Amino acid sequence: MKFLAHKQEICDGCRKCEEVCSQLYFKTTDRNYSAIRINNNFNTYHAKKCTQCGECINMCTANAIYRDRNGVVRIDKKLCVGCMGCVGFCTELVMFYNDDQPTPFKCVACGACVKACPKHALEILVSQA
Amino acid sequence: MAEILKEYNYTPAKLHRGYANKSLYINVGDLSIVEKEVTQWMKDKFVGGKGFDLWYLWNAVTPETKWDSPENEIVMSAGPLGALTQYSGTGKTLVASISPMTGIPIDSNAGGYFGPLLKLSGWDALELQGKADKDVVIFIDGNKGIIRFEEGEEYPEDTHLLAEILTERFAENEDDKVNVAVVCTGSAAKTGYMGMLNFSFYDPRRKTCRYKQAARGGLGTILRDKKIKALVVRFKGVTGNLNDVADLATINRIGIKYHKQMHDLDEKQNRMRTIGTANTVMVMNKYDLLPTRNFQTGGDPETYRIAPEVFVNQFLTQGLHDGCWYGCTMSCAKCADNFLLTSGPYAGTRVTVDGPEYECVAGLGSNLGIFDPQAILEENFYCDTYGIDLISFATTMAFVMECVQRGQVTREQLGGLDLRFGNKDAVLELMHLMSRGEGFGKIAGLGIRRLKKIFVEEFGADEQLLNDIGMENKGLEYSEYCHKESLAQQGGFAMTNKGPQHDEAWLIFMDMVNNQIPTFEDKAYALFYYPMFRTWFGLCGLCKLPWNDIVPADNYKTDVPAKVPEHVQNYVDIFNAVTGMSIDKDELIRQSERVYNFQRVFNLRMGHGKRDEDYPPYRSCGPVSEEEYLSRQELYDKQLVEKQGLDPEKMTLTEKIAATRAYRMDQYEQLMDAVYKRRGWTMNGVPTPEHLKEIGMDLPMLLEVVEPHL
Repeated sequence: MKFLAHKQEICDGCRKCEEVCSQLYFKTTDRNYSAIRINNNFNTYHAKKCTQCGECINMCTANAIYRDRNGVVRIDKKLCVGCMGCVGFCTELVMFYNDDQPTPFKCVACGACVKACPKHALEILVSQA
Repeated sequence: MAEILKEYNYTPAKLHRGYANKSLYINVGDLSIVEKEVTQWMKDKFVGGKGFDLWYLWNAVTPETKWDSPENEIVMSAGPLGALTQYSGTGKTLVASISPMTGIPIDSNAGGYFGPLLKLSGWDALELQGKADKDVVIFIDGNKGIIRFEEGEEYPEDTHLLAEILTERFAENEDDKVNVAVVCTGSAAKTGYMGMLNFSFYDPRRKTCRYKQAARGGLGTILRDKKIKALVVRFKGVTGNLNDVADLATINRIGIKYHKQMHDLDEKQNRMRTIGTANTVMVMNKYDLLPTRNFQTGGDPETYRIAPEVFVNQFLTQGLHDGCWYGCTMSCAKCADNFLLTSGPYAGTRVTVDGPEYECVAGLGSNLGIFDPQAILEENFYCDTYGIDLISFATTMAFVMECVQRGQVTREQLGGLDLRFGNKDAVLELMHLMSRGEGFGKIAGLGIRRLKKIFVEEFGADEQLLNDIGMENKGLEYSEYCHKESLAQQGGFAMTNKGPQHDEAWLIFMDMVNNQIPTFEDKAYALFYYPMFRTWFGLCGLCKLPWNDIVPADNYKTDVPAKVPEHVQNYVDIFNAVTGMSIDKDELIRQSERVYNFQRVFNLRMGHGKRDEDYPPYRSCGPVSEEEYLSRQELYDKQLVEKQGLDPEKMTLTEKIAATRAYRMDQYEQLMDAVYKRRGWTMNGVPTPEHLKEIGMDLPMLLEVVEPHL
């Protein structure tokens, strides 16, 4: 199972990852469109992003969420009806949405932010889970 | 391929702020179609949903119209909030018609995808009038703008077969099946008055159709009388804002907040996602509310055998989404997969059984003295596929079984069926007889009111006893709550517009357990507020369960926890966010009052709807028999002392039963006075012209009806 990992001890909170993510998927630098969010807690930086736990798959009211062959949890935008149930049900609070978008969005472990991180604080890992 | 009888093309209306602003009239007699405008006046007076249903029905019928008159209509409508996806319970279809059971308008509602997809296909309401010569299937394609009539004789009648076939027939491919919804009934709808409507939705995980029911009042009977085999709608492309709402951000925000409550609190509160409405069975048993053996008692030591955990552990598939419309994270439409049937024409096959819901476990279980989960699920399946209203059937069977118990009818008079309490095999056999229209099955589906007449006139049964123990009011059977100790709920059932159904008022816990409404005025307010509040769900296309089957964690701190103020505000905010209007919680109630009083006057117009029809059978109010009194003697004796100043030690059992009855019926009379006053009605139960004017319903057509009764 592929997932994005964050090295808290290295991250300096530059938020380049947010910018790359929102630019790649929504053509904007507005961090509200990023699937990774860096939060500053007393100068310790915590990354909110999907752990690919998959709890949203079976609860999806439109059967629109699935795990791909790499183990990444994805939303089928053709099936999603924008109910936002997964947003409310995500234990990690990492299913994101914006009112001008018909469907929620999440980290799909694409690695774009990994390449962009100047501190090399992000990496794609593979677990056996 | 079925013969196409007629095809009609239309341009599907785009929704704006919750409305398509068009409704569809279909006459199945001559296959004519009329596209009607939905006016601002209609929205102002009736909002939508049940309001639109009743308005169209009023215009279709006369005071002489019977349920099987060609001009009687089945009207269906989702409301302005219907087909939203962001908030739980936004997929209801409201259905109304003149009922074969009551002779007055019945309204019933169902989940499933039909109503929302009908609305997304461009229709705020659908009127079905006339009678076809031969079975017909009506298909509406909301993407292509097609209404098609097809010959329907070749299809099977029972829902679990018919809906699967029609879903396969009208879906363009496997993936398209979720975009097809079917309304149909079953083989037993022809042989009684309690035929119901199944509303399908396709479950892509189980790859089968699931069903919800608009069950009350014989709507399926009317559908078959019109020779409509099924209605089918197809609409592809459901997304989050097809209603073109005024303020999507508010709807998203409130919806997500609600979903989070569901995620965080459901397991700690009612476990709707795990077991659905049947979660309450043991609670009802504990508080003497679970109807047992025709409401004689409120619980039984055997109830543990049909407890929620039994169904959860042995039958119900867990962990999959079970909502009956998109976005409903309450997900309470549970089901048992791969259930093996043991009786009837489908014995030996494995099926998916929807439910069991609370009414099923209580009605087909404890109220028939059947404490067998396997039997309850099989009864549930056959009620559904045969198109039988589970509540009317269960309460009617409970009545028949008590008639047997008390020697009022014999096995021979029931065609040889051994309908003693607890005999599951006889109950299932009767369902099969109803399906085939044979033996006692020919008349069992007529319901308690007509069976009472037959038992008295043909079998010589005791009329007063049957009137006391037959749990019907206005011709409709009671739903499954033993409520003898809740005066407010006695009114909540018998002072309803359509007949005793718990969707208008469920006050038992407020009244009996928590003692929150002790005075007549308190009870009268509750019997004003809650029926009006609950009516509003029907105007808007909403399910009531998400209102109070989960509550915010801090709800207990609010001034009136029973109202769940945060969720009331959610509904106000969502209504405004969809429509662009600015109602508040008081206007919400006023919207309902308009339709509620319209329905009351509609009853008057049909020759009913006055005080004399608002009395319950005594079994609703207190102990009819000696065994019932003795089962709670301590309680009843105490009430004789405290409420009437009598000394039970000096009274015979017969005297104690009589005194209790006299007191309770007097209490009921006083309650009626208080409720009628609070509702703005005369003491005969007629809405006054002044009240109609106050709520903006002083329409000449209504005044003309009420004036002779003032």
